[in-house]
Amino acid sequence: MIYKTSHTFPKGGIHPPEYKLTQNVPIKPLPVPKSVIIPLSQHIGAASAPVVAKGDHVKTGQVIAAANGFVSSNIHSSVSGVVSKIDTVIDASGYRQSAIFIDVQGDEWIDSIDRSVSVISEIELAPEQIIEKCRELGIVGLGGATFPSHVKLAVPKDKKCSILIINGVECEPYLTSDHRLMLEKGEETLIGIKILMKALHVEKAMVGIESNKPDAIEHLKELSKRFDGISIHSLTVKYPQGAEKQLIKTLTNREVPSGKLPIETGAVVHNVATAYAVYEAVQKNKPLIERVVTITGKSLSAPGNYLVRIGSPVNSLIEAAGGLPDDTGKIVSGGPMMGKALQNTGIPTSKGMSGIILFPASESIRGETGPCIRCAKCIAACPMNLEPHLLANASMKAMFERTESERITDCVECGSCSYTCPAGRPLLDYIRLGKSTVIKMARERNLK
Amino acid sequence: MSSTVIVTIISLSLLAAVSAIILYFVAQKFHVVEDPRIDDVQAALPAANCGGCGYAGCRNFAEALVAAETFDGLNCPVGGNEVMKSIAGMLGKTAGEADPSVAVLLCNGTPQYRPKTTRYDGVVSCQIQHNLYLGETNCSYGCLGDGDCVKACGFDAIMIDSETMLPVISDDKCVACGACVKSCPRHLIELRKKAKKDRKIYVACSNCDKGAVAIKACKVACIACNKCLKVCEFGAITIEKNRAYIDAKKCTFCRKCVAECSTHSIMEVNFPPRKPKVETEMLTING
Repeated sequence: MIYKTSHTFPKGGIHPPEYKLTQNVPIKPLPVPKSVIIPLSQHIGAASAPVVAKGDHVKTGQVIAAANGFVSSNIHSSVSGVVSKIDTVIDASGYRQSAIFIDVQGDEWIDSIDRSVSVISEIELAPEQIIEKCRELGIVGLGGATFPSHVKLAVPKDKKCSILIINGVECEPYLTSDHRLMLEKGEETLIGIKILMKALHVEKAMVGIESNKPDAIEHLKELSKRFDGISIHSLTVKYPQGAEKQLIKTLTNREVPSGKLPIETGAVVHNVATAYAVYEAVQKNKPLIERVVTITGKSLSAPGNYLVRIGSPVNSLIEAAGGLPDDTGKIVSGGPMMGKALQNTGIPTSKGMSGIILFPASESIRGETGPCIRCAKCIAACPMNLEPHLLANASMKAMFERTESERITDCVECGSCSYTCPAGRPLLDYIRLGKSTVIKMARERNLK
Repeated sequence: MSSTVIVTIISLSLLAAVSAIILYFVAQKFHVVEDPRIDDVQAALPAANCGGCGYAGCRNFAEALVAAETFDGLNCPVGGNEVMKSIAGMLGKTAGEADPSVAVLLCNGTPQYRPKTTRYDGVVSCQIQHNLYLGETNCSYGCLGDGDCVKACGFDAIMIDSETMLPVISDDKCVACGACVKSCPRHLIELRKKAKKDRKIYVACSNCDKGAVAIKACKVACIACNKCLKVCEFGAITIEKNRAYIDAKKCTFCRKCVAECSTHSIMEVNFPPRKPKVETEMLTING
């Protein structure tokens, strides 16, 4: 091979070291813990309202909290047992939020769930029924943003969806949960994609996978021969390719207009893990009660990928991976680029948690911050064509009107600017401050 | 040689004279009529430009004062009643009496009472830390100690105490402009009515969690036990969202609630030390 044209988004991006330590470790089910804590806000939108009370017996798969509005989601019990209390707990959001505490007794599933291993490829439900099923069974986007899937599938009447894009990029370093899922549950995932295509009335689906996962690309390419309309694309490795807007640009060469939703380009993007969850919901009647979580870290003795019941505390995962290393300085939920540090190990896993990374203390400390030398590396790295140094400085000086006119709300918070800054400036910290303030300002303006 | 100098002087003088004539007529034509009282009022104002009155600066406030029919709702917290009275006299109106107030911090979570559970090494900014998570301690309502209020204060009245890690507000310097109130992402600063000798009684806690959760995070948290509510004879105390609040206008500074508070979250400031007799009484009440 001489030169291959690169298949990626044109502007910006970075190449952080990959550290995919767990890419060859098969998914194992994590033992059901003694008790689980199921947070009531695991998705974007309104928190769900509990429908069980203290002392109630619940079965695995039973609804324990109902959606509170259209942009919200049902939450199901991931274990069987007794509700010990409904209280607040510090969760992965960094704040104290309501949650349902369940003491586990046995593992009794509700009867409607098909627990057989057979693969059902025949799609019987009509598009509306599929969307209803996703709503009922609490399916949310599993890429990290946890946007309720039924909202995404209900395309507004004046918009037209022409293509489904499936995100198997997994561009964040360390994480391998989607990679393993594509390898081990490839057929189910492809059926899930077919279900999504039917719900959206589209004929074409594109699966984007970065070329650092050649086994997954090969496997899905082989399988996709049996599925019409699904094409598998090998993409050049570059962070943040997995961001919705960047992936649409890479695969379709269409650009999402500033301030608009991806549906403007006629594309709907779903994660591979969501496609698998949709398969399980539609074909097997199984609610979203477990997901694959990567537990990894350089000092961990046995990092791996686990199928985790939602609500299991993070320390049960760490124990399964060989226990908390002595040098741990920071525990991050999600990827190292966009993830969030956790306050303690008792925090429950939630629907959006794709990985837990344990960083040694030496890698957890921020370096010295120097002055901006105006080298423009952040501008080159920004995939959204923004000027991060300008946005950060304007936010720092509380010039929020200026940041708004410089399109700060377009920022996808990928962190490429902070990563690339040679002076180690906390660019994203200030941009996030400006972005949240501008969004607040805009909301107040709209109220008037 | 000398002729050059003379020509230059004459030509420049002519140019100046012509320009002066043009400028004179332009100034006549485009003259902006402005109430001369605005300048006088502005001169009487403290020129702090702090925005405490709700206007962008002293000039804007002076314009508003001159335009206003009554002085209702218009007050310069920095100048206080004296300045408002002199301006009212100037404009032939009457100024209402506004109670002078002072900023107080509704949190007493020093490291001694509120142990740290995590370490934050990001940007030193309360707002950024607040957007990120509940802070270095387990209290999601308490002071973050990064000093957004210190930066916001234009009168040098706030500093962070190196031992308590909490902002200390100087009663003498504070002019109650409210800049710190706006800057605090957790709404921990309140402007309270000033009492004689700068005495203050207030609940130094903003925790809205249930008592059991609050006390775990901080030993001096208000747990909404209702003891103060029962002991107050003046109806000054209300309990909302799991925390007590003392209305400064109704409070008579009897200090009964301070003695009653089981978690010592009610602060008394600038009072003489209690007599030993009172101490024993307090002990018997508690015992």
